[in-house]
Amino acid sequence: MIKFSLFRWWAIVIKEFIQMRRDRLSFGMMVGIPLMQLILFGFAINSDPKHLPTAVLIANHSVFSRTLTHALENSGYFQLVKIAQNEEEVNRLLALGQVQFVLTIPNDFARQLIRKEHPVLLLEADATDPAATSNALGTLNILIQNVFDRDLVGHLQHLRGKPPAVELRIHRKYNPDGITQYNVVPGLMGVILTMTMIMITALAMTREKERGTMENLLATPARPLEVMLGKIIPYILIGYIQITIILLVSRFFFQVPMLGSLKLLYGIAILFIAANLSVGITFSTLAKNQLQAVQMAFFFFLPSLLLSGFMFPFRGMPHWAQNIGEVLPLTHFLRLVRGILLKGNGWEDSVPEIIPIVIFMTVVILLGVLRYRKTLD
Amino acid sequence: MSNLVIEVKGLTKYFGKRCVVDNLALHVERGQIYGFLGPNGSGKTTTIRMLCGLLTPDAGQGQCLGYNILTQSDQIKRQVGYMTQKFTLYEDLTIHENLDFVARIYGMSRRRVRVSQSLEQLGLTERANQLAGSLSGGWKQRLALAACLLHEPQLLLLDEPTAGVDPKARRDFWEQIHQLSAQGITTLVSTHYMDEAERCHRLAYLAYGNLLVNGTVQEVIDHSGLTVWTVMGDNLWKLQAQLKSLPGLEQVVPFGNLLHLIGQDTDLLQASIAPLMTNSPYEWQLSKPTLEDVFISLMGHAQDHSL
Ligand SMILES: Nc1ncnc2c1ncn2[C@@H]1O[C@H](COP(=O)(O)OP(=O)(O)O)[C@@H](O)[C@H]1O
Ligand SMILES: [Mg+2]
Repeated sequence: MIKFSLFRWWAIVIKEFIQMRRDRLSFGMMVGIPLMQLILFGFAINSDPKHLPTAVLIANHSVFSRTLTHALENSGYFQLVKIAQNEEEVNRLLALGQVQFVLTIPNDFARQLIRKEHPVLLLEADATDPAATSNALGTLNILIQNVFDRDLVGHLQHLRGKPPAVELRIHRKYNPDGITQYNVVPGLMGVILTMTMIMITALAMTREKERGTMENLLATPARPLEVMLGKIIPYILIGYIQITIILLVSRFFFQVPMLGSLKLLYGIAILFIAANLSVGITFSTLAKNQLQAVQMAFFFFLPSLLLSGFMFPFRGMPHWAQNIGEVLPLTHFLRLVRGILLKGNGWEDSVPEIIPIVIFMTVVILLGVLRYRKTLD
Repeated sequence: MSNLVIEVKGLTKYFGKRCVVDNLALHVERGQIYGFLGPNGSGKTTTIRMLCGLLTPDAGQGQCLGYNILTQSDQIKRQVGYMTQKFTLYEDLTIHENLDFVARIYGMSRRRVRVSQSLEQLGLTERANQLAGSLSGGWKQRLALAACLLHEPQLLLLDEPTAGVDPKARRDFWEQIHQLSAQGITTLVSTHYMDEAERCHRLAYLAYGNLLVNGTVQEVIDHSGLTVWTVMGDNLWKLQAQLKSLPGLEQVVPFGNLLHLIGQDTDLLQASIAPLMTNSPYEWQLSKPTLEDVFISLMGHAQDHSL
């Protein structure tokens, strides 16, 4: 029989509590992570996104077009943000992701409707992320059945009812079959890069501190920026290996379409990788040991995962969560990858998403260099 | 440049509220081997770190190799070879890779040649591809010394370079330091070993952040003004019990079958022990204080002060 001593057990319990209290960061994480998850899952994440930005291209102004646009807005799912002037603009708005939907009211709409010719309403949807659009489309399908009833009075009353007076045609662009993998797999590229890049670099510098080799390094003439950039380079290479693996798997395993230029994707990726590495390096200048570094990396990773639009449709989140999301490099990288692979976006379409990544990176590197101690103080 | 390689005064460092180095002044001449002694925690490492810019002093000023220690640590770092107390080369790099890294960081010309020369001098050419972490303590120290000599520094700051090293390796080490000294290279070396202290041109003794004495070995001994009685014989522990709290007797230090009785006041000490000397089974002898006696006495005093 093994004897269990309550004294010894209690001694250990006390010691563990003391150590737990001393380790402020771990303690903070234990409290912080559930709180963060509760808030993010509870409030920020909404898989039934509403108020999706919508543009209309109205070739024929009439009482019906006004009714229709009002009805769209009243449904709660659509928010009119733009009156498009022509086809070209429609395509651009969708490619840049500025709107989720474009509704086209064709020439002659009112007359055809009155003549019972069942005119066609075209709704183009950015279906890269099928989850973001499905409820809105469902609602619109119902709404269209009797949206014009109020206008169809007097001698037009017979147009009410079935079949509906207009035909709704929906174009799911970029991912016509609504295949979730098309959205998730390219997204995974950003997620995997974020996780590994931050983690390994956060460890890189803390390792020097923990092993004491930092003292030797500091005693040499090496300057902070030299050390930080020197540590970043090897990991950029690893990042590219990861990208290549993910692309190969996407292509040959999930048959993800690759419409855009891979060269462009590879070129842009360096910015995203560097942004994440700079976060890692900056964390490692803050962390006292490797465990803290991992904890910090995790603390950054969680919101990136949840608020970037990877897990849940970005437009389904409340504004404050979207604002946080807009700061994170992953958000923009996801849009870039999906844009290039699924929409065939080129350099000019990508610039608006590149700029925030560059700003983020610059600020973080600056913080890191400021925080980097040239002394052991 | 003046003949003083290190010239600092008022050097002070606090960690939190604790004063770890207190108003320290230090003068070291070119080519000197300057010994830095003192009990653990007396501030030796902290002082050395302040000299090479690894810690910012809270007060004080001075120059090191003609550069201001407060503002020109980049220049100082280029000409100083600092050997840390702990082994701080990369254990996961090989011996050769470590030396090569150092050579690159200092931007040395003829890097390959100098690294292989250094390996040869070390006698590690054959084991150059062995991981540094797999070396024994003594070899690690040698490698660390070789690494900090690689860029041919003018000043060596060596923090307990021989701790835990066998006597033969220690002798080799000191031979090398003296050779470098002959070439005009200055060394500040901290140590706990008395024989090493005696090999230094000058010594400084630090306790609780205060510089208590400095000078040549002889000056330090003469300046101490200590009287030492040596007692020889068997069963000295019996005598030791009787010696407790005698006036004028400050320290009783056993050395094998000898006891050193140390005191400041010659007459008072003599008066106190006189009764014990009559009909004593032991052999009593008035002797010259050794360096160790001086340091033990200094340490005792310092502790009294710190209370
Ligand atoms: N980074 C630090 N933070 C707080 N206290 C320190 C730090 N480094 C050293 N100390 C304290 O300063 C005192 C002097 O240390 P040190 O200079 O290493 O002494 P020595 O090298 O003479 O043994 C010690 O009490 C030590 O605990
Ligand atoms: Mg020390």
